[in-house]
Amino acid sequence: MESAVRLRAAVTLLGRFPALAGVDLDIVPGEVVLLKGPNGAGKTTLLRLCAGLCPLASGQGWVLGHDLGEERRMVRRRVALLGHRTGLYDDLTVAENVGFWARAAGASHQDVDEALERLSLAGRLADTRAGRLSAGQRRRASIASLVVRRPELWLLDEPHAGLDQQSRDTVDALVRGAAAAGATVVLATHELERIRVLEPRVVSVVSGMAHVDSDVVGSQGDAARHGGRLGP
Amino acid sequence: MPPAMGAALVRDAWLVAGKDLRIEMRSRVGLNQIAPFAVTVLVLFAFALDTNQEALRTYAPGLFWVTVLLASLLAIGRSFAVDLADGAADRLLLSGIDPIAVFGGKALAIAVQLVVLEVLLGAGVVLLFDVTVYRYGLLVCAGLAAAAGVATAGTLYGALVAGLGVRETLLPVLLLPVVAPVLVGATRAFQDAFGVAGAEGWAWLGLLAGFAAIYGVFGALSYGALLEEA
Repeated sequence: MESAVRLRAAVTLLGRFPALAGVDLDIVPGEVVLLKGPNGAGKTTLLRLCAGLCPLASGQGWVLGHDLGEERRMVRRRVALLGHRTGLYDDLTVAENVGFWARAAGASHQDVDEALERLSLAGRLADTRAGRLSAGQRRRASIASLVVRRPELWLLDEPHAGLDQQSRDTVDALVRGAAAAGATVVLATHELERIRVLEPRVVSVVSGMAHVDSDVVGSQGDAARHGGRLGP
Repeated sequence: MPPAMGAALVRDAWLVAGKDLRIEMRSRVGLNQIAPFAVTVLVLFAFALDTNQEALRTYAPGLFWVTVLLASLLAIGRSFAVDLADGAADRLLLSGIDPIAVFGGKALAIAVQLVVLEVLLGAGVVLLFDVTVYRYGLLVCAGLAAAAGVATAGTLYGALVAGLGVRETLLPVLLLPVVAPVLVGATRAFQDAFGVAGAEGWAWLGLLAGFAAIYGVFGALSYGALLEEA
């Protein structure tokens, strides 16, 4: 089976600093993968590399069958990245923001309405400018603009950040639904208990290196102890 | 280029332009900040030269276009600032919209804003500098061509500096020398339209159209690489 993500000795530089220092990683289609690690370990950079937003300085990589060296634009069309920033335009309403990204992806008005409904943004909130939303509402609007694109690979960086309990449950349901529909999900979060229900495979990212843990979320083990290190 | 691909480019460029123009109309930055800035510059020119009404009439075309270029820096900077504010620039890259369409859409939105600004400043020049328009056709064509030239070059250089912390100060340094031919050509065309000099206005219009075409093609072809670096 062709990997959804396949990295070999992948190095990504932020300036001159190797944020990823030779990552080997394989993720199969439909898999849910949790990136675990301390702040600054390289989780966000790894997600951005998989989204085709960071160039490979050396090594090789393929996402959804596309070469990260030559076909990053092809990768981008098929993935969704939820980062720390929302990607919203403050002067557009929620519906206009989601509608813009939907039309760019060739999605329909119905897709927009469904996404707004799923993220509890329909009605009055849909006609509210993004700049007037609370942080949690902005986060939900940002997620709605990803949902509407129906990506094959979800890359979620702290997807629960700033959300209330109900919205967190909604996000979890979205991730479960995406995985059930055959999409691949890679997420970075510190909320390990919440993500346990998704039974993800755990990849620890430490100092720009990725290691596969042998246990699911919640174990106290790490790569060194389990000998599951895949990075060079 | 296959017809379907061309249609998709036009559709996406229209989508980007519509988004940018809607943002500008909602934010009213153009109305509340850029237009007043431009009018203020024009009035300052009038104050500086008002003892010599003949000089005002003679130099009106040049003063008009210097004002337009200064105001265009604000419009171009703003066009990229809204994309950078909360990560929308990354979303644009991930959207699947062809960079050619992004370039075309952003340039179109800037050009529309410049044309509106030119109309406003044109009225100001007629009132403040007491000039008379003799060739409306030349005036309109030169105004449109110059707006297209500044917008295409501005979009290109705006993207070039978008990822830099010093973009606000670097953009004028890079862009103003590049658009000097627009300043010269548009000024000569307006001199002809205002009847203040015997310039070959239609010939200068050719220069403006050529400049816009060159930067339009060059910008469309290089925009993808620029977005990668931004």
